[in-house]
Amino acid sequence: MRRVLAVLVRNQPGVMTRVSALFSRRGFNIQSVAVGATDDPALARMTLVLDEDEPGVEQVTKQLHKLVDVIKVSDITDDEPIERELVLVRLAADASRRLEAAQMAQLVGARLVDVGEESVTVELTGPTADVEAALRILRAFGFKELVRSGTVAMARPGRVARTAGPAGGVPPSKLASEGVRVI
Amino acid sequence: MGIDTARGPNNAPEGHRLSRTEAPAGIAPGQEVSGAEALIWALVEEGVEVVFGYPGGAIMPVYDALYRIGRPRHVLVRHEQGAAHMAEGYARASGRVGVCMATSGPGATNLVTGLASAHMDSVPVLAITGQVATSAIGRDAFQEADVCGVTMPITKHNYSVRRACDIPSVVHEAIYIARTGRPGPVLIDLPKDVANERVRWMPYPPPLDLPGYRPTTAGHPRQIEAAARLVEESRRPLLYVGGGVVTAGAGELVVELAERAQIPVVMTLMGLGAVPGRHPLSLGMLGMHGAAWANYAVQHADLLIAVGARFDDRVTGDVTRFAPGARKIHIDVDPAEIGKNVAVDVPIVGDARRVLEELIPLVAPAGHDAWLEQIRTWQDEYPLLYERTPGVVAPQDVVVALDTLTAGEAVVVTDVGQHQMWVAQFYRFQAPRLQITSGGLGAMGFGLPAAIGARLAVPDRPVVAVVGDGGFLMTVQELAVAAQLQLPLPIVVINNGALGMVRQWQEIFYEGRYAESLLPPGPDLVAIARGFGVPGRRVDRPEEMTAALAEALAAPGPYVLDVVVDPSALVLPMVPPGRAIDEMTGVKGRVE
Ligand SMILES: Cc1ncc(C[n+]2csc(CCOP(=O)(O)OP(=O)(O)O)c2C)c(N)n1
Repeated sequence: MRRVLAVLVRNQPGVMTRVSALFSRRGFNIQSVAVGATDDPALARMTLVLDEDEPGVEQVTKQLHKLVDVIKVSDITDDEPIERELVLVRLAADASRRLEAAQMAQLVGARLVDVGEESVTVELTGPTADVEAALRILRAFGFKELVRSGTVAMARPGRVARTAGPAGGVPPSKLASEGVRVI
Repeated sequence: MGIDTARGPNNAPEGHRLSRTEAPAGIAPGQEVSGAEALIWALVEEGVEVVFGYPGGAIMPVYDALYRIGRPRHVLVRHEQGAAHMAEGYARASGRVGVCMATSGPGATNLVTGLASAHMDSVPVLAITGQVATSAIGRDAFQEADVCGVTMPITKHNYSVRRACDIPSVVHEAIYIARTGRPGPVLIDLPKDVANERVRWMPYPPPLDLPGYRPTTAGHPRQIEAAARLVEESRRPLLYVGGGVVTAGAGELVVELAERAQIPVVMTLMGLGAVPGRHPLSLGMLGMHGAAWANYAVQHADLLIAVGARFDDRVTGDVTRFAPGARKIHIDVDPAEIGKNVAVDVPIVGDARRVLEELIPLVAPAGHDAWLEQIRTWQDEYPLLYERTPGVVAPQDVVVALDTLTAGEAVVVTDVGQHQMWVAQFYRFQAPRLQITSGGLGAMGFGLPAAIGARLAVPDRPVVAVVGDGGFLMTVQELAVAAQLQLPLPIVVINNGALGMVRQWQEIFYEGRYAESLLPPGPDLVAIARGFGVPGRRVDRPEEMTAALAEALAAPGPYVLDVVVDPSALVLPMVPPGRAIDEMTGVKGRVE
């Protein structure tokens, strides 16, 4: 089952290695890991997306907790987390198809980032499922290069914020039906 | 002989420092020191009394500081693996943190086996390694190895120090992490330029800065109540006790609980001695080479109270058929152990000592006569038996003689193999911290150095090393240490001319194809010992064995007793891999 964990760690060299070494040593199924600093420079936050059944998730959480550099592990899957993934994709498009590619990208909610002789590079941001839906459409052009950030996620603070806050402004059900959104 | 079963002074759950056994450190805040000196002063402040190590280029500033400061005591090993095993033996015998030290690259990598062993057995060890200068790190410099990378999976935590001013707090944190919660090895990697950097000494101890490290020691009260209810409801309860009980110093409390509610106790290899082996409620070891009655008790229990044990595969056999009729209570200080291998009914995260202190008053005194009677019947019907061949020493007899001569009160350090299991089966350890063995990793070569470490940790107690002829040769060079320090240390070699445990598996599972497990005759172990300046004797006649053993035990210094034993002896009973633990082979008195 897909689970999303938010992990607060000390922002120090070697912490990523410790975490990833733990995954490989214990044989956990990791779909994506995204890390970045927080507003406190001493701390970093990781978003882990796992494909594990219940006992596995519990083990990941407990084993992560055992690392001295890990401060907090939260399983936010059931909190309808706000999720985003960033994808950069370079579409094969020579002069004859450039316009078509740019239009299609716009239709699926992608943003034009760069235009080259033989390609158009676009940026997609949104929940992973939506990003994937858009990629399926864009694949028709052929991908020269593709890079994904992995999922970043945030728990929703509560029902009010869930419908009112800027980041959570759109209820999740609506988001899905609207397809890819650009932040 | 008095045996101190209480936890060592530096093993208390609270308080950050080890007790200081010497006068004040002799360094004042504001004084300028090198990083290496700061390291040594921090060790002194932490109450570290002995360091096992081996010098080399990258760690020379530390050795120089050690020389000038004159403490802690340093024991020069003859191979760094010996240093790590000695530190582990020291830690396990004393309950204090064992410290070892090595240079960068090859010195550090030689520590790896010992650190892995300490990690698997949750033993508090601090390893200090030299490292090439920070400017050279990552450039494949001479004697460079990524020691933090290498030891990450086999240490509880490790540090790569980049500023000398961090050294005191790193040492303080490292020792705190090593000995608290679920103990384990911690490594500090110290680049040479950082060791030479000048800093000002600050008041000691520095504050701990560990927001991500908060071991749970107090068990949840409602869970403890739930556990007490299960104990009361059960008719066939069984305590299943592991090394965590020894670590927590909770042996007496297990005895108290066992006596109060008349609950028999089975122990893991690491738990042996937690309850005295001669106690009427002690059923000895369970698992792959456990006694038949112990394994039957597990399979027929209606309640299993696991304390400081981790449902290791050598204990459970086929885990899906382990204690099938039992509800399970699991008390462990490491939350990750609970539910890892076996689903439990009542999980209690906490220090075994604290949890038992709270559980015992909630449990009403009870008797379980029918259950104990049933176990006694199994003990009569399926005893732990072995065969004797006339004129040949049975290896089990050596252990029985050792048990008799020392009344089960010696520290017995074993290596790995058949002899290790015979000691576990036939030596009735009367107290915690007497049994020292590499249980989780099973590292051959552990026995002799770990015994030297133990010998230094508990000078007022008999310490005996029991090793196989294979494993003895893996770290035999440490005899030089025993000789140099003139440590009273009998080393009993159970010499079966084979890598016995391998040969046993080949006999049972590989139709007797003894691939590379039969050792050619020799070498002459007594002559080897003599080469190190250690006296010794070879004995091969059953009628001489006990007297020779007594002589070895009485020797004033190290002594090698090479006992030639029946090469065909097997460790039985045995649970073949993949079977349930009551599906043993080699149970005497039972038709198979
Ligand atoms: C370092 C290491 N290498 C290999 C093994 C595998 N192994 C386990 S027991 C054993 C045989 C040990 O023989 P010996 O030391 O003679 O003891 P015995 O079994 O005969 O008592 C071996 C090779 C091990 N445990 N550790």
